[in-house]
Amino acid sequence: MQPKTTPEVGGMGHSMKRKEDPRFIRGKGNYVDDIVLPDMLWMDIVRSPFAHAKIKSINAEKAMKVPGVLAVITGETLAKYNLHWMPTLMSDTQMVLPTEKVMYQAQEVAAIIATSRYAAADGVDAVEVDYEPLPVVVDPFKALEPSAPVLRTDKKDKKDNRIFHWEAGDRAGTQKAFAEAEVVVKQDLYIPRIHVASIETCGCIADFDRVNGKLTVYMTTQAPHAIRTVFALVAGHVGLSEERIRIISPDIGGGFGGKVPVYPGYVIAVAASVVIGKPVKWIEDRMENLQADSFARDYHITAELAAKKDGTITALRMKTLADHGYADAAANPSKFPAGLFSICTGSYDVKKAFVEVDGVYTNKPPGGVAYRCSFRVTEAVHAIERITDVLAQQLKMDPAEIRMKNFIPKEKFPYKSVLGWEYDSGDYPRALQLAMEKIGYAALRKEQAEKRARGELMGIGICSFTEIVGAGPSKQFDILGIKMFDSCELRVHPTGKAIARFGTKSQGQGHETTYAQIIAEELGIPASAVQVEEGDTDTAPYGLGTYASRSTPTAGAAGAMAARKVREKAKKIAAHLLEVSEDDLVWETGKFSVRGAPQRSKTIQEIAFAAYTNHPQGMEAGLEAVDYYDPPNLTFPFGSYICVVDIDRGTGVVKIRRFVAVDDCGNIINPMIVDGQIHGGLTMGMAPALLEEISYDENGNIQGGSFMDYLVPTAMETPAWETGKTVTPSPHHPFGAKGVGESATVGATPAIANAVVDALAHLGVKHLDIPITPEKVWRILKEKGVAE
Amino acid sequence: MAMHTIRVTVNGTAHDAQVESRLLLVHLLRDQLRLTGTHIGCDTTHCGACTVLLDGQPVKSCTVLAVQADGRQVSTVEGLEKDGKLHPLQEGFWEKHGLQCGYCTPGMMMTSCALLARNKTPSEGEIREAISGNLCRCTGYVNIVKAVQYAAERLR
Amino acid sequence: MIPASFDYHAPGSLPEALALLSKYGDEAKVLSGGQSLLPLLKLRLGQAGHLIDIGRIPGLEYVREDGGMLRIGGRTRESVLERSELVRSKYPILVDTAKVIADPLVRNMATVGGNLAHGDPGNDHPATMLALGALVVATGPKGERVISIDQFFLGLFRTALRSDEVLTEIRIPVPPARSGGAYVKLERKVGDYATAAAAAQVTLDAKGVFERVGLALTNVGPTPIKASDAEKFLVGKRPEVATLAEAAQRASRAASPSADRRGSVEYKRDMARVLSGRALKLAVERAGGR
Repeated sequence: MQPKTTPEVGGMGHSMKRKEDPRFIRGKGNYVDDIVLPDMLWMDIVRSPFAHAKIKSINAEKAMKVPGVLAVITGETLAKYNLHWMPTLMSDTQMVLPTEKVMYQAQEVAAIIATSRYAAADGVDAVEVDYEPLPVVVDPFKALEPSAPVLRTDKKDKKDNRIFHWEAGDRAGTQKAFAEAEVVVKQDLYIPRIHVASIETCGCIADFDRVNGKLTVYMTTQAPHAIRTVFALVAGHVGLSEERIRIISPDIGGGFGGKVPVYPGYVIAVAASVVIGKPVKWIEDRMENLQADSFARDYHITAELAAKKDGTITALRMKTLADHGYADAAANPSKFPAGLFSICTGSYDVKKAFVEVDGVYTNKPPGGVAYRCSFRVTEAVHAIERITDVLAQQLKMDPAEIRMKNFIPKEKFPYKSVLGWEYDSGDYPRALQLAMEKIGYAALRKEQAEKRARGELMGIGICSFTEIVGAGPSKQFDILGIKMFDSCELRVHPTGKAIARFGTKSQGQGHETTYAQIIAEELGIPASAVQVEEGDTDTAPYGLGTYASRSTPTAGAAGAMAARKVREKAKKIAAHLLEVSEDDLVWETGKFSVRGAPQRSKTIQEIAFAAYTNHPQGMEAGLEAVDYYDPPNLTFPFGSYICVVDIDRGTGVVKIRRFVAVDDCGNIINPMIVDGQIHGGLTMGMAPALLEEISYDENGNIQGGSFMDYLVPTAMETPAWETGKTVTPSPHHPFGAKGVGESATVGATPAIANAVVDALAHLGVKHLDIPITPEKVWRILKEKGVAE
Repeated sequence: MAMHTIRVTVNGTAHDAQVESRLLLVHLLRDQLRLTGTHIGCDTTHCGACTVLLDGQPVKSCTVLAVQADGRQVSTVEGLEKDGKLHPLQEGFWEKHGLQCGYCTPGMMMTSCALLARNKTPSEGEIREAISGNLCRCTGYVNIVKAVQYAAERLR
Repeated sequence: MIPASFDYHAPGSLPEALALLSKYGDEAKVLSGGQSLLPLLKLRLGQAGHLIDIGRIPGLEYVREDGGMLRIGGRTRESVLERSELVRSKYPILVDTAKVIADPLVRNMATVGGNLAHGDPGNDHPATMLALGALVVATGPKGERVISIDQFFLGLFRTALRSDEVLTEIRIPVPPARSGGAYVKLERKVGDYATAAAAAQVTLDAKGVFERVGLALTNVGPTPIKASDAEKFLVGKRPEVATLAEAAQRASRAASPSADRRGSVEYKRDMARVLSGRALKLAVERAGGR
C-alpha cells in the first residue's frame, strides 16, 4: 500500500523509526525497578511450598530480628482492614494473604517490609510457617468427581469445584448434523499451561502520601485506569478515593497479558504504604513470576468435525474442560468466561456448531489468558486447525485443498458465523495461495515423497486462522461492568504541534510512533511533532488498556476520530481566515484550500496558531478534541502460515527448516512495526509448540517453575521467520485497520504441530499434543520401528 | 559481616564504593551507581538482561560479585554513546527496529559490541550464536540480527 | 536471587589461598568462574561462610603444550579454550565441549577447572577428560598431587579434590598421529545441561584399526561415566558401521540415568547410544579413518 503522505509527515504506511527508541537505546528507559523515591522501603514475599495446606502458625520473631526488617504482614494484618480477599476480574474472589489455608504452591503467605532489597530477602528466609498439608487436587477431571475435596471452602454452600458452564451454538441441530454425516472425526487435545515470562517481571512502588491523602502507584500494568477503579472499589472503605489514586504505568518490559491482573503483591504493597506512610517497592523475582502469576491455556478439548466425503465440513462440536487454578482470575470480558473461544469455527463456512466450556477449580495459581492469546483464540484456533488436519488425513486430502474447499468465500463478508460473530472482512484463499507460492508448496510435497521413499522424515504444516480482536462493542463487552471503549484526547498547540493522550498502554508495541502516525495521516501534522502519552491515570483519558490486540482497533480509532473532530473545527477556523463558507473548502493532507482557487489555502499550522490568536467570535479558542470510541464490531485479522520441519530419526528433535507467515491485518500503520509484532508473535507461538510447558506432579509441585526448566527460546532455537502480507481493510474501522499483535502466536502453534504430525502421518500418526518434545517424537519412531 | 572498599571503573569513570561481600555487580551498578540501563530479568544467570562488559568481555553481571570487579573496567550501555554521538549499534537497533519493549536491549547491545570487536564480519549464524545467552520475548530476534549486521557494516 | 551473607577473601597468591582454605575448612568454597557456585548461593540451595576468590592469583590461566602434554591452567576461561588456535587445530574435542557449555556469556567467566571440580555430572568437560585420559593437578598445603581423571569423580558433587586443595592444572597427553575426538551433546535449548552427551577420543593404527578408545558419557548417572566395556570392545577392531553400533549399544548399557524433565530413563539411555555412535563416527573421521 502506497502511503498518501510524505515521509516528512509520516502518516499511514511509513516504516518510520520509532519515536520511543532514543531512551531505550541509551539505557534510559524508565521501568518500575529503575524508579527510586525518598525513604522508599522494600517488600519481599514469603510463599507456600505446599499446594494445599492449613496455616497453623506464622512465626515472625526471627524475621523481625534480621537487621533492616521493619514489619511482617500476614493475612491477619490485612483482615483488620478487610483487605485479605479481593475480587478478581471475573467476579470471583482470591486471597491477598491467607488467614486459614493456602491453595497453590508459591501462594503468598506473608510479606516482609525492610530497608533494603537484601534485608527483605533475608527476612523472607527467616519467617517460620507451620503448615498442615491437605489433600491436593491437580487433575481437573478428578476435581469434578463427587469424591473430590471441595477447594473453595470459603464460599458458603459450595459443594463442588465447578466454576462455570458456558455454551454457544445449536446443540440439537449440531447433533443431528453429526448423526447424518458421511464422515465424522474426533480428537482429544490438551493445550498445557504456559507462562508469558516477559523479560521484566511484575512489580510496583506504592506511595501513600499521608499529608495529601493521595496514593500513587507505579505499576507494571497494561490497564492503569481499570486498576485505579478496582482499587477505589476494593479499598474505598479504608479511605482510598478514586480522585486521590494515581496509577502510573511507566515503561513496561513486555506484557503479553501477564501484566493485566491485579496480583496480591500490589495490594499488599499498597496496604503497607498506607499503614507505614512511606513508599514501598515490590519487584518479584523470576521464580515468583513463573510460579504464581497468571498463566495461560490449560484447556482439555474434545474436538469433532462432521463432513461430507468430499471434504466439505458440515458441523463442528467442541467440549472443553478449563483448568483455572483455585480462582477464576482470568482477565476476560465479563460475559465471556471462556473468552472468545467461539471463534473456533475458524476460517471455514461451518453450517452447524455447538461449543461448551466448563471451568473447574484446582490447586494451582489462578488466571487463564495471559500469553498473547486474544482471550482464548489461541486455544480455539489450535483446536479447529488440528481437527481440520485430522479430517484431511482421514479423507486422504491435501491440507491446503481441504482448507480452500471450506474457506468462507470473499463474497460472503461481512459473514455471520453460526456461533454469533460477524466477521468484518476476509480473503482467505488469497492469503493461503500467497503462502503456498512463497514457500514453494508443490515442490515441497514432491521432496517429501522422495524423502519418504528413503525413510527420511519431513513435514509440511498449514494453519489458516481467523483472529478476533478489538474488544469491544459496548453491547457485549465489559470488564467488571466497565465498557470496553477506548479513548484519545488530542490537543494542538499554537505552533502547530500536538499532544495526544490515550487510554491504552504500550509495553513495546510502539504506540508513541503508530498513534502519532494516525494523527499525522488525519491532520498532516508530522508524526515527529505529535507527542503521544499513555499510562498516567491523572492525565490520560479513561481506557481499558492494551491487551488482546485491541489498541489499534479501539484507541487507534479514537485517535482518528478525535483528529477528525479537530479537523472539523479547523475547517471552521479556515473558513473564517479565508473568508469563505466551509462548503467552499477542500481538504488535502495538512491544509484547507478554496475550491477552484488552490493558491488560497491555510495550513493546519496556520489554523492552529489562529485558534489561539484569531479565533472566530462566538467560537471557543483552542484546537482540541476528545473521543471515546465504542467500536461497532470487533475486527478479524487473518492469515495463512506454512511450516516445514525435518525430524532427526535418532533423537526425535524437530527442526523448523522454513516458516512462511502471510498476515492480513487490514490497512497498516507502520509496516516495520507490524513485522516486528509478527516475528515476536511467531516466536511465542513456536515456544509452546516445541519447548514450553508448566505442569504439576500429583502433590501440586510445579514442574517448569524456573528458567532452568521453562524453556524460553534463544536466537538459536528461533528460525529466520519469513513474512508476507495481504491487505483486506476492515469496513467498519475508521482507517480500515485491524489489530495484529497476537495473530502470529495464534497461527504459529498449530502450523508447527500440523507439520510434525504431517511428517509422521504416513506412519499412521494422527495427532500429537504440544509441546512436541524430542522424546514424544522418539517414542513414536520407536513404536513404528523407524528410529535410527 | 565485613564490608569491602572497592574501586570499579565504569564507562571510564572510577567509582569508590563500600560493599557487602555478597553484593552483586548488577546491584552495584543499578542501586549504588544509579546506572539503571542494565536490567534484571531472572533469578540467576539465564536471561542475559544484565550483560555488561568486564575488561571488554561480556558477562552476566548478576553472576559476578561487585568485589570481583574491584580494580577492573566495566562498560555498560550508558557508555556506548560518546560526546552525543550514538554508537553504530545504537543506530542499528533504532534503524532496524531491533527493540520493542527495550528491556533486553542493553544486554543485547553489550554482547554485540564485544562480538563486533573480535569479528568484523559476523554471519547471521555467528550473530545468533553470540546472542544465545540473551533472551528476548518481543522481537523474535530477526531484527536484532539485522541491527547487528547494520552496525557491523558501519564499523567496517 | 540474593545470596545469604558470606565473607569474601581475595588472596594474591596460591599459598595464601591454601592457607585460607585450611583455616576455614568446610565453611570455605573456592570461587573460580563462579558460574556454578554463585547461582547455587543466589538460589540459597547451597551455603558458604567464606568465599576464597582465586581470581587474583597470577599464573593460573594458560593453554600450552610441553613435555608431551597439553597443559590447561585451572582458571582458564571456557571462551579462551574455545578460541585458542592450539586447541582448535589439535584438540577439536575440547572446542566441541567448550562450545556447548552453558552460553557464550557464561563461558567468559566459567573456568575449565571449575567445570571439573564442581563434581556435577551435568557438566561437560568431565566426560571429555575421561575420554582423553587426562590428569588433574591438585595443589595443596603439602604441594602438588597428580590425580588420574579415572579416579577423580567419586560421586554426586564429590571429587577427589580435598577441601584444602585448588585444582591448578589439567594435563592431556598429546595424542599420537591418526587420532581424533568429538563431543556430541543433546540439549533442549542452548544453555541447558545435557539430556545426554558423549565424548569419544580414538587413535587408529597404521592399518586403520582401533588402537586406543576413550568413550565417556555426560549426565546419565551420578558421575560422568566411562564406557569401559565399549572401549575394550573396540580395541583391535575396524571402525565399521556394525562395530560402532555395537559399541554404542554397550555404552548405553553403562549409563544409569535418572528421569527428569529432560527425559525418561529409556529415552536418555537410548540417547547415550545414539550420541555415542555419532561421537565415535566423528572421532574416527577426524582420525582420518573411513
